[in-house]
Amino acid sequence: MSNGLGEAMDPFALKTLNAERRARRAAILVTDLGDGRDRVVKEGDAVAGDLGIAITKAFRTGLSGAVDAEGRQFFLNVHLPQPRLVVIGAVHISQALAPMAKIAGFPLEIIDPRTAFTSDERFPDVIHKAEWPEDVLKHCPLDRYAALAAITHDPKIDDWPLKSALDAGCFYVGALGSRKTHAKRVERLLAMGATPEQIERINAPIGLDISAANPAEIAVAILGQVISAFRSRGLGASARGEAA
Amino acid sequence: MPSTFLDDARDPLIIAEGWMKDGKDVAIATVVETWGSAPRPVGSHLVIDAGGTFHGSVSGGCVEGAVISEALDVIGSGKPKMLEFGVADETAWQVGLSCGGRIRVYVERLG
Repeated sequence: MSNGLGEAMDPFALKTLNAERRARRAAILVTDLGDGRDRVVKEGDAVAGDLGIAITKAFRTGLSGAVDAEGRQFFLNVHLPQPRLVVIGAVHISQALAPMAKIAGFPLEIIDPRTAFTSDERFPDVIHKAEWPEDVLKHCPLDRYAALAAITHDPKIDDWPLKSALDAGCFYVGALGSRKTHAKRVERLLAMGATPEQIERINAPIGLDISAANPAEIAVAILGQVISAFRSRGLGASARGEAA
Repeated sequence: MPSTFLDDARDPLIIAEGWMKDGKDVAIATVVETWGSAPRPVGSHLVIDAGGTFHGSVSGGCVEGAVISEALDVIGSGKPKMLEFGVADETAWQVGLSCGGRIRVYVERLG
């Protein structure tokens, strides 16, 4: 298939890339701009040297671009799944969070079985489902590119999706409530089979500490924490500090 | 509202794969570099079949025509090309970006 100076795109590479994208998994198409060879690198694949460093950074930032490595020029086209923000609770915070999240590029969906809360009037421009989280998420399961914020304050509604988010490896899991409320929640989640390592992944009290004093400010704190978690996916605490 | 799932009807790379399955000859153009104000970000795709049908974009419509005609050459020869577009009077191409930016577009044949 070689054409001397440059090669055509390998159909297998395109099929592999599209399969990863359909499955909502991150992948980078790496093209050697010198000879035209393509290869698909999946998130977590080990790549050595300067190219590997550039690939790790590209997975984190989601930015495509040309890089020079090993004396060659490569083009990295980064395909990150569209992150999905699932909010359990059609409450005041969710009303503020919905437009903010949309602007920031995180399409949001609200799930709350309480029909008085989950109404078209209260949520005119956002996907909202007046159903139990168990029923909605069965059809549309959480994954590593989903964030889950449980903010109903009601264990009957919040607990199941929290456990489900931990099991799915969601990049962000947050739960509203004081430290005392959270301590009780931890006991219940442990009883549901969550591991201590999973419990550590829950952001509670929810949101960055910006001294938020009302629902809109709590929404800002949650969104900031979601973005921070998204940009440091799968990286240790040391690498997290390097993120711009 | 952006979907969290791929839009098969509008996604250029999904369309290109479908064309390939239908036995069509296909070229894929990709924005690999931009300078200044550029209408489409790095990584954007325009896909073209041998009949000149296309989906996606590499600019706001300013240079698509030129990219499509180059893509037809690439489909014929199989050799990738790197195209560069800037303000019209500074390039060999008789087209440019009215916004004053510059872009580099890589065009390759699929298979």
